Amino acid sequence: MNTFDSKIPAGPIEKKWSTYKNNIRLVNPANKRNIDVIVVGTGLAGGAASAALAELGYNVKAFCFQDSPRRAHSIAAQGGINAAKNYQGDGDSIFRLFYDTIKGGDYRAREGNVYRLAEVSVNIIDQCVAQGVPFAREYGGLLDNRSFGGAQVSRTFYAKGQTGQQLLLGAYSAMSRQIGKGKIKMYKRHEMLDLVVIDGKARGIIARNLVTGKLERFSAHAVVVGSGGYGNVFFLSTNAMGSNVTAAWKIHKKGAYFANPCYTQIHPTCIPVSGEHQAKLTLMSESLRNDGRIWVPRKAEDSLAIREGKLKATDLKEEDRDYFLERRYPAFGNLVPRDVASRAAKERCDAGFGVNATGEAVYLDFASACERYGNEKVLASNISGATKEEILALGREVVKSKYGNLFQMYYKITDNDPYTTPMMIYPAVHYTMGGIWVDYNLMTTITGCYAIGEANFSEHGANRLGASALMQGLADGYFVLPYTIADYLADDIRTGKIPTDLQEFVDAENDVKGRIDQLMNIKGTKTVDYFHKRLGKVVWNKIGMSRDEEGLKWAITEIQNIRKEFYEDVRIPGIVEEYNPEIDKANRVADFLELGELMAIDALNRTESCGGHFREESQTEEGEAKRNDKDFAYVAAWEYTGNVSEPKLNKEELVFENIKLVERNYK
Amino acid sequence: MKLNLKIWRQKNANDKGQMVTYPIDGIDGDMSFLEMLDILNEELIIKGEDPVAFDHDCREGICGMCSLFINGEAHGPDRAVTTCQLHMRKFKDGETIFIEPWRAKAFPVIKDLIVDRSAFDRVMSAGGFVSVNTSGNTIDANSIPIPKHDADKAFEAATCIGCGACVASCKNSSAMLFVSAKVSQLALLPQGKVEAKDRVLNMVKMMDEEGFGNCTNTGACAVECPKEISLDNIARMNREYFGAMISAE
Repeated sequence: MNTFDSKIPAGPIEKKWSTYKNNIRLVNPANKRNIDVIVVGTGLAGGAASAALAELGYNVKAFCFQDSPRRAHSIAAQGGINAAKNYQGDGDSIFRLFYDTIKGGDYRAREGNVYRLAEVSVNIIDQCVAQGVPFAREYGGLLDNRSFGGAQVSRTFYAKGQTGQQLLLGAYSAMSRQIGKGKIKMYKRHEMLDLVVIDGKARGIIARNLVTGKLERFSAHAVVVGSGGYGNVFFLSTNAMGSNVTAAWKIHKKGAYFANPCYTQIHPTCIPVSGEHQAKLTLMSESLRNDGRIWVPRKAEDSLAIREGKLKATDLKEEDRDYFLERRYPAFGNLVPRDVASRAAKERCDAGFGVNATGEAVYLDFASACERYGNEKVLASNISGATKEEILALGREVVKSKYGNLFQMYYKITDNDPYTTPMMIYPAVHYTMGGIWVDYNLMTTITGCYAIGEANFSEHGANRLGASALMQGLADGYFVLPYTIADYLADDIRTGKIPTDLQEFVDAENDVKGRIDQLMNIKGTKTVDYFHKRLGKVVWNKIGMSRDEEGLKWAITEIQNIRKEFYEDVRIPGIVEEYNPEIDKANRVADFLELGELMAIDALNRTESCGGHFREESQTEEGEAKRNDKDFAYVAAWEYTGNVSEPKLNKEELVFENIKLVERNYK
Repeated sequence: MKLNLKIWRQKNANDKGQMVTYPIDGIDGDMSFLEMLDILNEELIIKGEDPVAFDHDCREGICGMCSLFINGEAHGPDRAVTTCQLHMRKFKDGETIFIEPWRAKAFPVIKDLIVDRSAFDRVMSAGGFVSVNTSGNTIDANSIPIPKHDADKAFEAATCIGCGACVASCKNSSAMLFVSAKVSQLALLPQGKVEAKDRVLNMVKMMDEEGFGNCTNTGACAVECPKEISLDNIARMNREYFGAMISAE
């Protein structure tokens, strides 16, 4: 049965979670041994959930499409993780993290969930340190922090530019421990292709063994989807090549509402696109904006000369540079939230001030940081008579110690040295705030089916702040789901093992087989990537950094056309029952071709601008996003009706009791 | 540029396998090595041939999924990069490039250039963790001060991506660099010290059982390691191991 109630507990916001935890049902340890839980995805959310549930005593079946749970794309997160520890004594608190997150999300997230997230953020750091995660430290041995966009405090914990890697390896270690004990059964190179629902409850999945190509059935008392976001609908994104929406989309088509699909995050600092054959984009961490200054030439003729290769960035004098973020947003400067920074860069490039041969790039410059750090070093080390070059060299060493791996990555990809010439960057798709609708328990509208991490519509509203994704993934997996799922599983202590020969499993497997056979039998003339690239261009151009009614309507028709052509002309080589990555890709692209349309429908419906969703028709005189709280302070939860082009809109009104809705201002 | 690719093709684990030649044209220096293979695969699919299977995912050098033995070197001729971050500007027009899978007894071939690295996961399950449950009641993070020097060293060891280049590069197919990176990370931190003895004994035991060879200190692993994991870790693991052997109950 579908329910659509957010189930936010009553009471004052700072008491909601603790009161709720004290009153939900538990499952005793002996009974936990009789309960199976399926977790799809092994990133920060899925990996943490698998480990925590297994530690509690449940039998976990974990799934990932990669060759090891350690490969999940959380590994690529760079900059850091937020927590309201206030170790720096700069005025941080749980309330402030809560407030910043709601404001950063442009007032489109649920207060109750976000407060809980801020509350458990402090436990995450304790837990990770206990696991041996090597966070950056000060010389005194205590943990170091840095600042991220949308905040005026330093609350971000980090491990160089590899924070996601270190946190994921922490979760993977915890998982490994439970795999060794047999409490987690790990299914690698397996992809979930459908959900099995029995008597209205999620009871299992159908997965394809990617090595043998065979379909396999798995049963459990609850199914948790932590399969990440859908950024790859754009084809070019900072997501991993295999990141996909399939698990989320399959549960959507079985009854889970899909919320706010139009909320996608375009990250301001990525390495610009270089050519047609590019397969993916690479992020340069937001942490670089702690020290890097973003600018374009003040005069359009200088930009033109740079594009033509006649002028170099370093030739331009200070007064000929336009530090446009510092100019437009003096209070937050280079550390404005991502949506604001991306749009500002796009605005400059569209106006003809972009650099790079394509004109689609701005500079991220570390020269003044090198000088500042160099001078500090000279003072601290009592060096007298240092030349400018020596000061800069010392400063570069400091910059290297903070961002070394990012600079190396930039150099390897572009063949340019970012220590001596400014980096060139441009916005790219990075994260999706939209996702499967969940209630306070993280349960979807399908009973017993949960969505965690980026896969759910989450606590980030219409725009996620930097260093908050890692926080949410781990919060859901380590500290929220393990409590809330018990309340549901308490009914299942006498259910016993669920057999996989039930008719519902047979039917679901036949459906999947039918879909794969249909794709294989097309035997057309174009590759899967051909269609994926075409879809990606439509989504980027019309459902990207700015959207308007005409473009969205066009996108809907165009995506329908591409989908039709895909089912007439795609070519998949080889056979089904073998290692055949083209089938995997085709399954994923088939789902992206449906999701893309829903994104456009959602964006068309939301005629206001908010966060990452910028409607041309709704902007202030200064070109900032203009919200419409009277008509749009709701979560758009879309219900599958049997026809992807005609989804039904359900609205969850957002109630703000602790934070006043005002225009988001970073000036 | 024009290239002549010689690629290992093997249908499945039971197939004998062979090198097959594929000429390719129109490759740009700014392309990554895997983008070059993408182009080859698009061509093969259109021609009705079986595309080349290779592992890859994040394509930004951090997930550890991509492999490839290129011209006799793990991750190719460039240093401190994975194959996905190797760019075609490192090759010359007209060059012949040999592309093979990781070769090691503990890494059986699944198809073409894809190998099974589950042995690494099993070594991790034998002890690559701190036994702490998720409670939310662990002690405050700042109550365990750790000297920056130790934290940095632990971090450097912890940057291992588990790709297996060390095993592929070693003439003995030894996994010592991989195992020692995890042993070192946790041995350097107070949180890991409690179980340090059991950890090193159990991980080394599992490493041997999986069929990895022994270390003879040639250092090829550290040269080819995309994350520049230092040989010092192997020395540290040996010290930990002998210490644990001598004092084991």
